[in-house]
Amino acid sequence: MAEEAVEKILAQEYQLGFTTDVHEDRVEPGLSVAVLEFISAKKNEPQWMLDLRIKALQKWEKMQEPHWSQLEYEPIDYQSISYFAAPKKAPNSLDEVDENILEAYEKLGIPLDEQKMLQGIAVDAVFDSVSVKTTYTEALKEKGIIFCSISEAIVEYPELVQEYMYSVVPMSDNYFAALNAAVFTDGTFVYIPKGVRCPMELSTYFRINAQNTGQFERTLIIADEGSYVSYNEGCSAPQRDENQLHAAVVELIAKKDAEIKYSTIQNWYPGDENGKGGIYNFVTKRGICEGENAKISWTQVETGSSITWKYPSCILKGDNSVGEFYSVAITSKGQQADTGTKMIHLGKNTRSTIVSKGISAMQGQNSYRGLVKVAPKASGARNFSQCDSLLIGSTCGAHTFPYLESQNATAQIEHEATTSKISDEQLMYLRQRCIGEEDGVSMIVHGFCKEVFAQLPMEFAVEAKELLNLTLEGSVG
Amino acid sequence: MMQIKNLHAKIGEKEILKGVNLALEKGKVHVLMGTNGSGKSTLTKAIVGHYDVSVTAGTIEYKGKNLVDMPAEERALEGVFLSFQNPIEIPGVNNAYFLRAALNAKEKYRGEKETNAAEFLKLMRAHAQKLGMNPDMISRGLNDGFSGGEKKRNEILQMEILQPDMILLDEIDSGLDIDALKAVSQGINRMKDGERTFLVITHYKRILDYIHPDYVHIFQDGQVIKNGGPELVDVLESEGYQAIVKD
Repeated sequence: MAEEAVEKILAQEYQLGFTTDVHEDRVEPGLSVAVLEFISAKKNEPQWMLDLRIKALQKWEKMQEPHWSQLEYEPIDYQSISYFAAPKKAPNSLDEVDENILEAYEKLGIPLDEQKMLQGIAVDAVFDSVSVKTTYTEALKEKGIIFCSISEAIVEYPELVQEYMYSVVPMSDNYFAALNAAVFTDGTFVYIPKGVRCPMELSTYFRINAQNTGQFERTLIIADEGSYVSYNEGCSAPQRDENQLHAAVVELIAKKDAEIKYSTIQNWYPGDENGKGGIYNFVTKRGICEGENAKISWTQVETGSSITWKYPSCILKGDNSVGEFYSVAITSKGQQADTGTKMIHLGKNTRSTIVSKGISAMQGQNSYRGLVKVAPKASGARNFSQCDSLLIGSTCGAHTFPYLESQNATAQIEHEATTSKISDEQLMYLRQRCIGEEDGVSMIVHGFCKEVFAQLPMEFAVEAKELLNLTLEGSVG
Repeated sequence: MMQIKNLHAKIGEKEILKGVNLALEKGKVHVLMGTNGSGKSTLTKAIVGHYDVSVTAGTIEYKGKNLVDMPAEERALEGVFLSFQNPIEIPGVNNAYFLRAALNAKEKYRGEKETNAAEFLKLMRAHAQKLGMNPDMISRGLNDGFSGGEKKRNEILQMEILQPDMILLDEIDSGLDIDALKAVSQGINRMKDGERTFLVITHYKRILDYIHPDYVHIFQDGQVIKNGGPELVDVLESEGYQAIVKD
């Protein structure tokens, strides 16, 4: 019975799978120094940036694609991907943004027109390889906050970019990070000055539109001493038969007493019921709590992508710094997710919390992989991890791989894990209380995820719930 | 209120109900007694549309409709309520959230205004207090870690809030201490309004001293074998089922 309800729900089409017809500028598929020169020239980058890209490419060419996870997929042909696609006309103001693109964002529920925008949320919209529109930039500037595309930051704020880019995720960190370092096309840059509390939610919306392209965005967020920022990202892509690669890098730097809250709602196209198409989401996200009492909190809701491979991590370097990871990952149909976090405790009395909720339905495979590492000097370090799995039906899988390494005897590490299943008996009980099967599944799934949803900013929590409804339950709205 | 006619039903391949005939009169309290394994719980499951039970013949007439082909949630929306013998636990689903969703579903079905969260909490607290329930159970997971007695009180709480018309109570009194039995019985008595109909399954006379049944039916091997008044209970208590089965 539970399975039937879920299958009915899952028969729903991916709702954001439309394509937008825009004239685009794109580079021929393939990866070479010439392509990097093309991207760099398109973006009017200074020579130092091009030099870094070339250096990264050279490192990448010497590296091997990793295959240690539980994931199964066809080999990726990196020479068949186009590394740059952009709407032809570079817009200078909202009036110049291609109407079709504005319409695409409207369909996604993200109006870029400032008149219509949700009060209090500044948006950067990245369409294929370029940022098409950043809102509220001026209002934020008054407080000294920089919120712009990374391309703009490279030109306008080269000192900040040179100091911090590659400082948390070095270009040779891993295969996909090296690829990104070479070819990244856009992304968001945020700088919050000392003692400033960012007055609104900042958010970026990523959209892959063009065919046979990868999206390689790079985000860099710096929270200077005593500052606070809450940043959100959302993602979606058209429905296509071939797989598309998304290899992003996110770096966060929190100085003394600063706090960064980073929330993601990932809804890339997951592929069809036969596992055909969909996005390969291979992402490196890492933050460093550089100073004392710094705090970084990752919250993610992963509903899309054919394959997700990501481990948002925290390096807790400052004494008393805090790292948090709250995750909901849902896999259904042929989706695979291998996600988790790394908490690296370097400073004294550093604390970390991990709450991971994995939901698997149909043939979905969900793995949690987490590392908690306590260095010799991290006396008094504490970690609490909770990994819960919810299974719907009998053809899906959930796997948990906790790695714990402690080199300090005063550290306290706790790990709890549970696996549960939505039973027919539970759904029957709810039906006897007037609640139909679909609503019953929804209620149980939401109940299972609520600790994570509670961490999301309000508007995002609403979106996350609706997404779960689309992925697992009946139609909403 | 409900007419069960020649009802046959199977669980898996095994025939459990073998031609049940039972007339439940509007506004009355009916008691169903019978030996373990005689099929009493299967009868309640057949009435609410539990997936375990497949009806092979017969009808369950209720409000002018045959329930047999109706989805389970629709039967509930039409006012059929079952207090389960072993209420299942649903961790993570908040008790109040669940019950408000149930009430709102019913209100929506009947075209009534949906009770909002604030009104609902007030309502739920008042009922919980009457039943002597710990206030913190309102925000706990549905039946999650509840004791046997707490689960039964929670079933009665749901009944009082959902205000059903046809109430099936499957061993609501089993495993209750004296205080809990009293609280549960008072809850049942509060629901008696001369309109609602009750079918109470029990093994013990104790609860009947509180709720005063109008009719008693004896169930044996998948059939109702005897109908009578409260006096039947005394015969059972003194002579056991054998005396009635022999009749």
